[in-house]
Amino acid sequence: MSRFRTRAKAAAAIALAAALAVGCSSGGTSSAPAAATGNQDSVDAALKAGGEITYWSWTPSAKDQVAAFQKEYPNVKVNYVNAGTNKEEYTKLQNAIKAGSGAPDVAQIEYYALPQFALTDSLADLNQFGFGSFEKDYSASTWAQVKNGNGIYGLPQDSGPMALFYNKEVFDKNGIAVPKTWDEYIAAAKKLHAADPTKYITSDTGDPGFVLSMIWQAGGHPFTVDGRNVKVNLADAGTKKWTAMWDQLIQGKQLAPVKEWSDDWFRALGDGTISSLVTGAWMPGNFISSVTGGSGKWAVAPMPTYDGKPVTAENGGSAQSVVKQSKNPALAAAFVRWLNHAGGVQPFIKSGGFPSTTADLTSPAFVDQAVPYFGGQKINQVLTQASKDVAKGWTYLPYQTYANSIFSDTAGKAYLNATPLDAGLAAWQQAIVDYGNQQGFTVSAG
Amino acid sequence: MATFSITKPRKSRVLTGFMALYLVYTLVPLAWLVINASKTQPALFSTSGLSFGGTFALFDNIGQTFTYNDGIFFRWLGNTLLYVVVGAGGATILATAAGYGMAKYRFPGRRGVFAVVLGAVAVPPTALAVPTFLMFSKLGLTNTPWAVLIPSLISPFGLYLIWVYAADAIPDELLEAARIDGAGEIRIFLTVTLRLLVPGIITVSLFTMVQTWNNYFLPLIMLSEPKWYPLTVGLNQWSAQANGAGAQPIFNLVLTGSLLTIIPLVVAFLLMQRFWQSGLSAGSVKQ
Repeated sequence: MSRFRTRAKAAAAIALAAALAVGCSSGGTSSAPAAATGNQDSVDAALKAGGEITYWSWTPSAKDQVAAFQKEYPNVKVNYVNAGTNKEEYTKLQNAIKAGSGAPDVAQIEYYALPQFALTDSLADLNQFGFGSFEKDYSASTWAQVKNGNGIYGLPQDSGPMALFYNKEVFDKNGIAVPKTWDEYIAAAKKLHAADPTKYITSDTGDPGFVLSMIWQAGGHPFTVDGRNVKVNLADAGTKKWTAMWDQLIQGKQLAPVKEWSDDWFRALGDGTISSLVTGAWMPGNFISSVTGGSGKWAVAPMPTYDGKPVTAENGGSAQSVVKQSKNPALAAAFVRWLNHAGGVQPFIKSGGFPSTTADLTSPAFVDQAVPYFGGQKINQVLTQASKDVAKGWTYLPYQTYANSIFSDTAGKAYLNATPLDAGLAAWQQAIVDYGNQQGFTVSAG
Repeated sequence: MATFSITKPRKSRVLTGFMALYLVYTLVPLAWLVINASKTQPALFSTSGLSFGGTFALFDNIGQTFTYNDGIFFRWLGNTLLYVVVGAGGATILATAAGYGMAKYRFPGRRGVFAVVLGAVAVPPTALAVPTFLMFSKLGLTNTPWAVLIPSLISPFGLYLIWVYAADAIPDELLEAARIDGAGEIRIFLTVTLRLLVPGIITVSLFTMVQTWNNYFLPLIMLSEPKWYPLTVGLNQWSAQANGAGAQPIFNLVLTGSLLTIIPLVVAFLLMQRFWQSGLSAGSVKQ
């Protein structure tokens, strides 16, 4: 199965590269237009008039949400299409945008991929519908991610402030206290693996999304973007802080050799082989539905830090955006507003999602909910606190999906050969700079 | 010294050992697939990959595969059949007609066609997928079955195979005799040529069938709506579902779906292997 997936990935990468290459030859104007601020009248009118829109999404709740929306607004027909999970959807979306037809009206886009579509002028700026006034309704860390320049290119749905998920049973059995700092985490890794060689503190085979979140938490700012001018510095102080710490786990062979999201990985989470995960707040839903063997054993704690002071980062999470190709952008915006600012939020939370809306992040029903899977722990208390502790000022590359797709060819080698991460990241940086310059960005290192 | 004949060939231990190894190499993935398609998802995670474990859930898995997501698997199966019957079937018909024409008629530009066909055999279809996509999107054909069907109709390799086969299998004297008897060219093709070409046609149809059945990259970039997906792309979507926030891993259905996907191909090979074998050996002996 892994070979099949690798081939699929390679194919997707080729398609994406082709789409980007084509995009470059046709894309002339680059910087986002000045934000035209409007109000929600046109959105309300479009909702009344009705019509038909297409929605691309892969979230488990999308189907129920669409059904609920159509029940509330019977004169609007929403064609729900699952056009693929993350990268696959972006490739299709990119292709359709470059081809000039075939794109949906509304698409789910993860925060890391959003700048790529926003910067190529593929998404509608929601300021024209007055959605800029929703800022106060969302957590600061998610709002910052749908904002690009002055434009608002989507409304946040889920968010992934990071926390430490750990197997309490394994920790207790081996006399390991919940680590508060990364030094304690590394000590715990060594202690655990020495006591029971079949157990590992965590797994990481080189996931670029995770790497960037870890750099984010360490205070790194590897990417600076100003229009088409990009600076890449994967050797800044924050990045080095993380690599110095994580190198100890890689070179000490303290990481389980299990690929994230594989069948083995789910198995390893269930049987204790992987005894902790540092990941986004959306993870509990996955635990409950897919790691049934771990029920009652797992618990949640704040993400370890370098100095013991609480700070975290976002990992994953996505927004819904209106695609510029839409023939009825006002109606599409109305659907987005309903999804992430009205009736769509509760079905999303019910399906195990972690919201971005401050009203839900502070509601006692959500925060103080005891979750049986986690031994009755009120895990949302930890996770909502994490959403307040996200480090500020993070930026992704305007071609992050491509950069992530070449991560394993460059930095991945550090994982494979247990060599220093800094060298691997330097190779990744070089590839990022070269590619960006070929694509018409002005990219400099350092 | 013992004597050996065709019916009683000399045995080579090395070669037999080699064949046995090859057999194992070929069958182990199949066995793995069958074994694991019989497991529930939790059992997949908790038992060894090469032994049965937990409850025997094959039939339950098959039921779930066909009903998951409103029976989308059934739709994918239908799509694949459509692409195979129309695409591979059409490719076989075109390759047969064109291959025969190239082998038996002399016309200006024949050398040019020969060069183009040979060139086309050398270009991998994957390399053409992206240009084809851009062309089709200008025509407004992406995200329709035509985007998969039309490129599948072209099989330069099949054409070449029929060409070579027809050159040997159809004596020119036979065609001349038919012409003297007053048969038109189309009648000759339908009543004389087609019968002589049967082994070649079966070989080509098997080739194009396998190719279309396994076609992955072209539909992947051409289609965005799951309702037009063939099985290959659909199964990959199911597999990718295990990624990221809101992951819904259905590894047991991916495995069962894969097993169901290969069954028709295995059946096709078993039914047609007689023709296939005679097709392979055709032309090896000068009559």
